Amino acid sequence: MTSVPLKGSDRIAAGPLADGTGTAPSVRPSRPRRRGRSAPYWFLVPTLALFAAFTVVPIGYSIWLSLHKVKVKGIGLGKGAREQVWNGFGNYTDVFQDSEFGHSVLRAFGYGLIVIPTMLGLALLFALMLDTPKARSAPLARLMIFLPYAVPGIIAALMWGFLYLPDVSPFYYLLDKFGLPQPDLFNGGNLYLSFANIAVWGGTGFNMIVIYTALRAIPRDIYEAARIDGASDLHIALKIKIPIVMPALVLTFFFSVIATLQVFTEPMALKPLTNNLQSTWSPLMAIYDSAFLKSDIYGASATTVVLALATFVLSFTLLRISDRYTGEDRA
Amino acid sequence: MSIHSRQISRRSVLAGAAALGLTGTLAACGGSDDDSGESGGPVKLTYWSWAPNMEKVAAIWNKKNPDITVTVSKQASGAEILSKLITAKKAGNAPDLIQVEYQSLPTLVSNDVLADISKYAGDTKSDFSEGLWGMVTLGTDAVYAIPQDSGPLMFYYREDLFKKHGLSVPKTWTEFAETARAAKKAVPDAYLTTFSSNDPGLFAGLAQQAGGKWWTVDGSGKWTVGVDDAATKKVTEFWGGLVQEGVIDNQPMYTPPWNQALNKGTHLAWVSAVWAPGVLVSSAPETKGKWRMAPLPQWKAGDNVTGSWGGSSTGVSTDSKHAEAAAKFARWINTDPQALAALVKEVAIYPAATKGQSGDILTTPEFFSNQKDFYTTAAEIAATTAASAWGPNVQTTYTAFQDNFGKATKAKKETQFVSALGTMQAKTFDDMKKQGFEVAEA
Repeated sequence: MTSVPLKGSDRIAAGPLADGTGTAPSVRPSRPRRRGRSAPYWFLVPTLALFAAFTVVPIGYSIWLSLHKVKVKGIGLGKGAREQVWNGFGNYTDVFQDSEFGHSVLRAFGYGLIVIPTMLGLALLFALMLDTPKARSAPLARLMIFLPYAVPGIIAALMWGFLYLPDVSPFYYLLDKFGLPQPDLFNGGNLYLSFANIAVWGGTGFNMIVIYTALRAIPRDIYEAARIDGASDLHIALKIKIPIVMPALVLTFFFSVIATLQVFTEPMALKPLTNNLQSTWSPLMAIYDSAFLKSDIYGASATTVVLALATFVLSFTLLRISDRYTGEDRA
Repeated sequence: MSIHSRQISRRSVLAGAAALGLTGTLAACGGSDDDSGESGGPVKLTYWSWAPNMEKVAAIWNKKNPDITVTVSKQASGAEILSKLITAKKAGNAPDLIQVEYQSLPTLVSNDVLADISKYAGDTKSDFSEGLWGMVTLGTDAVYAIPQDSGPLMFYYREDLFKKHGLSVPKTWTEFAETARAAKKAVPDAYLTTFSSNDPGLFAGLAQQAGGKWWTVDGSGKWTVGVDDAATKKVTEFWGGLVQEGVIDNQPMYTPPWNQALNKGTHLAWVSAVWAPGVLVSSAPETKGKWRMAPLPQWKAGDNVTGSWGGSSTGVSTDSKHAEAAAKFARWINTDPQALAALVKEVAIYPAATKGQSGDILTTPEFFSNQKDFYTTAAEIAATTAASAWGPNVQTTYTAFQDNFGKATKAKKETQFVSALGTMQAKTFDDMKKQGFEVAEA
């Protein structure tokens, strides 16, 4: 039962009674044992303290804020004009009644439907291609695919923004030269494609590396056995490699879903360039808008809590589903 | 070496003590934490500002006033500094001095960030035009800031292109519409200018010129929101009509394509404020010496009134333990001739103080070397600035403008412009009501 490992000398000193029944005949051996028991907790203290200070307390404060609101009195100017009052679940009912936030969530889903399959599909494809024995200059190719991930999101967004603007983009110059149609990349559905393109460009490399690392961990002799059985490279990829790296795919999918719900940088950076982007385009933009533009930290806290819970529930459900799926597969 | 510095510090201690004699009384009446404990070094003030080179102006003050040291801390402008200030106030550590845009004053006063400095303001009221002073008092007996710069609206146009295409400089908005049509006819791929849904400040200024009163408050403390009042509706229909007609562009301002339009001359004019030369220098460097500035077109021939776009003031926070020293600095930086000259030269602002708008402080912008009387004309226009009325949730109104006018300009439909204005009104009103203000719709 004792999970705390004892030093050899202690074990000898304490004898058979060292199994935690606590009826040691003398005080002397129990002292080092007590110290030994509390030691792990002392090692945990820094982590727990930091976790409490920078995660638990802020989350608690957010929840507390989300249950309050400001009430203005009289003319609303000067000292004592504003008072923080209890608002119960008022902010939460507002969140669910706020069609703008609802729309922003729907937009994020629409964006995710484009980004996630494309990005993960490409990442898997690249990883499999790099993993084939025939791949030449694989390290260089790997680096080239990974490189966009190293570009900070805001810079990537601005760079693509310039490429999307007809008056300054070299692509439009070429389209114009060849008399091809020039689509408005900031209009309607194209907007989703434009954002998705930035995300795919920046994120594929990272996901490719995750999948590729998992592929490299597969023992090579499995392939040899498959080849002896007459499997082609394609067969090996589809029947062996993909099933084995499934956990890595689930992981990248998981990351991507969270990143989709948190899309912020691209729309924020491109907003000043066009009439078509609302200040509440994505869920995080809606939160930013209420917290930092409208200075309503109470409503923003409630929205944040809702978004965090939704992300949590969604992730958890997806994990359960994938667990069941891979579990059945194994059986 | 060490002996020297010690002597110097002792001298400054004495000077500081003298200064503290003043601030001591203030701390007593402010009822805030007593600072006599730190009697010793000079009074240290922090100044949040987003204007470039503001620290150079503060350096002049620091040299002249070793007992009150001002340190400039560079901040973001617009909504960001607002939420930062409100948060800092909540934490009890707002800076002593704050650069505040006029439209943000009610928001900050409502959040108790700005102190009433009327008792230190003295006769400084006479340094400013009545319209500007009204903005910092919010129409009350209090004084919440000292005006720093102003941005009266003007009409900028390409003199060369106007001449080439035989266009006349519009004196009224009716003429403006005609010029827009004539410009479109003369140069099919060009526009007179654009209606930008990214710049609520300009729209507010245009409404202000037309006589729009977005927020008013009566003696009993009841607010009235009139964002969609008749005057603003008139402005909305006017621009919406021109965009629908296709004679005014619908692209937002301050984007790479906009810069290019100015640079290439596919925008022939720009409705902007007195600070436009500074923007044109970087946005349209190739057009130097080709622009000219004229008064803003009027709604009625013979009228003489303009609105404003931008402009800021210097306020003192309620967290400051040295409000009197801070107010002294705020007065100095905005009224002292040497400070005004430095503000013009280093920070490139158009001073709010009346005496800063004339005389030899302002020299003709290099970009407008063809218009020697630039600042004489500007001062005449500035004097005609209509009073503006701001409320405690301007940012909500501004965001509503961007979102809804964005859709309307994209659709190029006048009716959508009008419904966008309606949404702006509704969002502003609902937000104030939700916050608990006593509020009515105009």
